[in-house]
Amino acid sequence: MNDLTLHNHHLKADARTVFGFWIYIMSDCFLFAALFIVYAVLHNNTFGGPSAKDIFNLPFVLVETLILLSSSFTYGLTMLAVHHHRKNTALILIAITILLGLSFVSLEINEFSHLVNEGISWTRSGFLSAFFTLVGTHALHVSLGLLWMFTLMIQIVDRGLSPQILRKLTALGIFWHFLDIIWIFVFTVVYLLGTL
Amino acid sequence: MNLFGNLTLSAFPHDPIIFGATILMSIVVIAVLSILTVKHRWTWLWKNWITTVDHKRIGIMYLILAFVMMVRGFIDAAMMRGQLAVSAGSAHGFLPPDHYDQVFTAHGVIMIFFVAMPLMFGLINLATPLLIGSRDVAFPFVNSLSLWLAVSGALLLNLSLSIGEFARTGWLAYPPLSELVYSPGVGVDYYIWCIQIAGVGSLLSGINFLVTILRMRAPGMTLMRMPVFVWTTLSAMSLVVIVFPILTVTLALLFLDRFYGMHFFSADFGGNPMMYINLIWSWGHPEVYILILPAFGIFSEVVPVFSRKQLFGYTTMIWATVAITFFSFIVWVHHFFTMGADANVNAFFGIATMIIAIPTGVKIFNWLFTMYRGRITFTTPMLWTMGFISTFTFGGMTGVLMAIPAADFQLHNSLFLIAHFHNTIIGGVIFGYFAGLAYWFPKFFGFKLNEKYGTYAFWCWVIGFFVAFLPIYIVGLMGMTRRLSHYDITTGWQPFLIIAAIGVCIIALGGVFQGIQLYVSFRDRKHNKDLTGDPWDGRTLEWSTSSPPPFYNFAHIPTVHGRHAFWDMKYGEAHMRPQHSSYEDIVMPKNTPLGFIIAAFALVFGFAIVWHITWLCAVALIGIIASVMVRSFDQETEYVVSAETVALIESRRHKTI
Repeated sequence: MNDLTLHNHHLKADARTVFGFWIYIMSDCFLFAALFIVYAVLHNNTFGGPSAKDIFNLPFVLVETLILLSSSFTYGLTMLAVHHHRKNTALILIAITILLGLSFVSLEINEFSHLVNEGISWTRSGFLSAFFTLVGTHALHVSLGLLWMFTLMIQIVDRGLSPQILRKLTALGIFWHFLDIIWIFVFTVVYLLGTL
Repeated sequence: MNLFGNLTLSAFPHDPIIFGATILMSIVVIAVLSILTVKHRWTWLWKNWITTVDHKRIGIMYLILAFVMMVRGFIDAAMMRGQLAVSAGSAHGFLPPDHYDQVFTAHGVIMIFFVAMPLMFGLINLATPLLIGSRDVAFPFVNSLSLWLAVSGALLLNLSLSIGEFARTGWLAYPPLSELVYSPGVGVDYYIWCIQIAGVGSLLSGINFLVTILRMRAPGMTLMRMPVFVWTTLSAMSLVVIVFPILTVTLALLFLDRFYGMHFFSADFGGNPMMYINLIWSWGHPEVYILILPAFGIFSEVVPVFSRKQLFGYTTMIWATVAITFFSFIVWVHHFFTMGADANVNAFFGIATMIIAIPTGVKIFNWLFTMYRGRITFTTPMLWTMGFISTFTFGGMTGVLMAIPAADFQLHNSLFLIAHFHNTIIGGVIFGYFAGLAYWFPKFFGFKLNEKYGTYAFWCWVIGFFVAFLPIYIVGLMGMTRRLSHYDITTGWQPFLIIAAIGVCIIALGGVFQGIQLYVSFRDRKHNKDLTGDPWDGRTLEWSTSSPPPFYNFAHIPTVHGRHAFWDMKYGEAHMRPQHSSYEDIVMPKNTPLGFIIAAFALVFGFAIVWHITWLCAVALIGIIASVMVRSFDQETEYVVSAETVALIESRRHKTI
């Protein structure tokens, strides 16, 4: 088999993988859609406990949001560097993205533990169960994305910017930007509408 | 921290029936393991089956899973029918209520998740890549992972028989009954995790086949040239990708309620039990279309071949499929008209439900018109198809009847409903997959199934079905509700329930004939050999390659010029069968054990979380993540089959013809 046919075979396979990943993202969209619906149904069911107005700290969440959005920006820059074959720049940018992602997750953990320490936990009411689960599922996705990013970073150090890595980084990029969009919805539906 | 979590000796069986079943299961497992050891088949099993990524072998393993589980699901059914035939008045039958509740829950879960789904995925795996002229699915490794996740789910369910208990809640585990307060045992936890694990596998398969169908068709096969089975699979897989995430969320929330004391579906603290029922049915209704659509596709392949005519109304068939796919999303409330929704809401869902009968009717008439003036040969696939048309139409009518909300208030949760959905699932889904099995069997095993015993089996199933379920319709109209384990003698239900039990025996006889059919066909396989690869004079691409197909399916990827790609090659004047003088190198995916390993960790995780064994959960999760990482670092996932090897395999085949 000559190199050209093999190369074509891989190009097709890579395009398939990215397409398959888009379909996965669509299914994940439905997963979040279900959680948003659950939140919408339960958001007034406070059962005498604290309501959205009482517990959210908007400036804090705005900082979280800005951090996550900047991580999407740095990831975009990473892809730019990868396409220009600048390995070291790409690695530095990925490291920055991971740091931003980690700060987002730790701020979220901080917010959750703060609430639980005040006795506002998920066992208190249907509203709080829905809140912790929706926001927690997003945080879990971000954490898995960070683990994935870390794995790909090692692979870049190990093997350089191969076409395989490009395919994986593209898929991860779709995932990372998707989580941003989900967060915009969380920010709007949960936090902004909740504190209105 | 306790090393074994909540697992204690009291979890092991005390009841004589369950104890007997446990012993029987252990004997079967030990027997299989010792045969493998004595015959030195472990390496063979590992290399050819456990680590395989070949869609044909994966399909066959799905079918084996389905049939093993069908035996258990059928025994559950027989126990229920037996119990109801005798448990009237002062007699209380042989099943205590507590055990009876587990039996009907297990029956439903097994038949839908571990019989119908694996049958469907088995046939889709076997047929789809061949029908579209492809060498494998888009993601062969993910395919193997899906299979093993389904097996893990089934194993977890079977473990519940021996260790602990299964849910007593009915197959959809409605809260608040399924909440920790009312179901404190591990039954519901087993329920949640066996479905979650298998469900992730189904979702992955859905994505896999969508990409396979949309991206891997042979050159020239446009969407409107795809065989109808491929179209119905495409629709069913779109449904899988959209609704399985909803199932995952619903069961995850029930788990959070039970495990972390949340209040999604609890009766107090602001929970909303009806939300669960809305969520689970917005998965559950599309699910029945996920099961039936590929069966519709099978009928559309079988009818033209055995009527020796092309399919009547291909385009309307496709649009009917798409319409059913769409409407399946907006009918879920018809499962609980009695919820207390507004009359207008119920009217909307009632009308939407009735509308589905229109595209389904279009399909039925298309099959009938295809048969009209055709030269029909009454082979077993055709018998199953004709049995389906009459049985399914009957079941569909009773469905339209219940779509009227006012009528449904009377029939809701009565045995009339039970008879209705068994009528559509046995008469539609099961008959469809049996037709598909008989039709494609020679393609994958290289010999035809015995027609005589196949015919016997068919008649037993059809007659047995009506003997078993017509009385159930009647007692349903007389007011008998589902999930009863005992009734008063004055109700007058007993004679009908005895007839129903006789019906089950006739169906069982059908099953026995199917076993004999398999044995006799295997024994006489030298005489029934399919050497040409085209035993039925077929029209689609799978018949253009050898039976069984080589691991690469097609030495040359075919070029398609019309809807009947293989027919055109055989008989067409414009498109002669292409003659190739040389062969090319082929890239194929390598075998990998990682799908099996990840699924094994998933099984351990499921067991550990059911019994709250924290450390084992952590070990299993780390195992899953580590295995995924190992796969990510693996660069050598494919290999090249040289043109010489292909030439050798092909010439060996041509010598036998």
